[in-house]
Amino acid sequence: MTKAQDLLLKSARWKPWEYALWLLALAAPWLLSSHALIINEIAIVALFALSLDLILGYTGIVSLGHAAFFGMGAYSAALFAKLVMPDPLVGLLVALLASAVLGAICSATILRGSDLTRLMVTLGAGLILMELANQFDWLTGGADGLQGVVMGPLLGRFEFDLSGRTAACYSLGVLLLVFVLARHFVNSPFGATLKAIRDNRLRAMAIGIPVSRHLAVVYTAAAALAGAAGALLAQTTGFASLDVFEFHRSADVMLILVIGGAGWLYGGVIGAIVFKLMQDAISSITPEYWTFWIGLFLVLLVLVGRERLIRPWTWWGRA
Amino acid sequence: MLTILFDGIAYGMLLFILAVGLAVTMGLMNFINLAHGAFAMAGGYITVLLMQKMGVPFLLCLPLAFLGPALLGAVLERTLYRPLYHKPHLDQVLFSIGLTFMAVASADYFIGSSQQLVQLPEWLKGRTEFGEGNWMLGMGHYRLFIIALCAALTLALQYVLTKTRFGSRLRAAVDDQRVAAGLGINVNAVFLGTFAVGSGLAGLGGALGAEVLGLDPSFPLKYMIYFLIVVAVGGTSSITGPLLAALLLGIADVAGKYYIPKLGGFIVYSLMIGILVWRPQGLFVRRGGK
Repeated sequence: MTKAQDLLLKSARWKPWEYALWLLALAAPWLLSSHALIINEIAIVALFALSLDLILGYTGIVSLGHAAFFGMGAYSAALFAKLVMPDPLVGLLVALLASAVLGAICSATILRGSDLTRLMVTLGAGLILMELANQFDWLTGGADGLQGVVMGPLLGRFEFDLSGRTAACYSLGVLLLVFVLARHFVNSPFGATLKAIRDNRLRAMAIGIPVSRHLAVVYTAAAALAGAAGALLAQTTGFASLDVFEFHRSADVMLILVIGGAGWLYGGVIGAIVFKLMQDAISSITPEYWTFWIGLFLVLLVLVGRERLIRPWTWWGRA
Repeated sequence: MLTILFDGIAYGMLLFILAVGLAVTMGLMNFINLAHGAFAMAGGYITVLLMQKMGVPFLLCLPLAFLGPALLGAVLERTLYRPLYHKPHLDQVLFSIGLTFMAVASADYFIGSSQQLVQLPEWLKGRTEFGEGNWMLGMGHYRLFIIALCAALTLALQYVLTKTRFGSRLRAAVDDQRVAAGLGINVNAVFLGTFAVGSGLAGLGGALGAEVLGLDPSFPLKYMIYFLIVVAVGGTSSITGPLLAALLLGIADVAGKYYIPKLGGFIVYSLMIGILVWRPQGLFVRRGGK
């Protein structure tokens, strides 16, 4: 193997600490069985952040409406379980497909224009879906949420129980699977073209990358994964409400990604852990006003510099 | 039907006053400021608290609702916003969302989460009706007041922008910052002044709108999308663009909510996405700009 090839492939190779991390993650529901519920939540949020990373970190699309796909996944999984069949894996696939279709439709709106335009259309898409979910109350339960979702056992054997261990394992398993796929995806030549588009769209176009098509593909993929995260939430809680479309979900997931670092697949995972633990700690002190502290954190994060906050050893060097 | 048109125009004028500051600052500094609604909320709360606690008359509150947010905007511009002008848009979005969250939580903490009411003076309460049947025009006096005030402000803004020295400096800075600075224009001072006036106008809009739009701590988040629509659809290179966009939005929203209340905001959002897909830079873009 030549040296250049070796260098290029190096970043794509699995490192020993990664195996250790995932083993630890999969063992977590047993090691910390009393915290299985929060482990489940972390896995779901990590998956959601991972999906945003594909479009924000790797492709550079600032989206404020990613919750649209999360909600789409949640509602389609819940409705599928309620109306068609309660098997979770089939439901997950259905939710994935539904969000992918929605993502493919929405991807037509993000191809042109400036950052502001994209911000607006993604935000608008999220709000439209929320309005729709609110209006079609005969189907979705409107503002009361969709109740009475009963999930069947996973793989026909493992029941979802109150302790949440099955749920946590299920979510972690899906997260690992998606992570492996996403890793392949971003390290492929296709992933390299995405980074080229992010760094300089004009040049990417000039060297013959079909920018619009690639943007559409990655947006659809990210939408599908966000839908999977939503489906996991709906399936493990047995409930879907309008809250899944709320603006603060899109903002939170962006914050999560930024805490962990965008453009790095572990960013979403690490950000999800930090964010959820922080949310848990702060909201046990001031349950109502915890958004204030999140806001303060965001402001400080940007003023100090995103890159520097997660690398404390640079704080005392030259900026 | 004319009543709906009238209400829509009043609503649109209000949105214009709320959003014009955002349009100018966005065009000027290319800064995506999602915290603009927080200044509007500040103006609204100043009015409500002054009237309730100290019994200040409504008309006197309006200048104060302008000055308070303007001062706040000037201080924040100098301390927090200025370092961010050259950061990527993602940073700006995160920063201004953070600021909005802080404003929402603070308002909730200090004032309470309940909806605040404005006691209008007697002479603004009535309603005048003309014509009859389908063509009846019912004009709420308060809405008439809003239209008159906002129209006057628009004319004043247009005058300042096109006829005064400050206006020409501002336009020069919007067109090309570096060349403007090279010609000896103190671009930073222009930015500071513009940001302060923009925030002040938002505050005034918030005060005027407290009765029409409602005022509670979630105001900045609830109306953020409307301000952004005005700016994104109207473009940032003039003030006629945002004005027309605001009127369009106001009329579409009022008419949509009156005729098809079930769909709520659906019409407005779809309209916006449609327009932005068709014309990504906004409906009214001046050629030859940057």
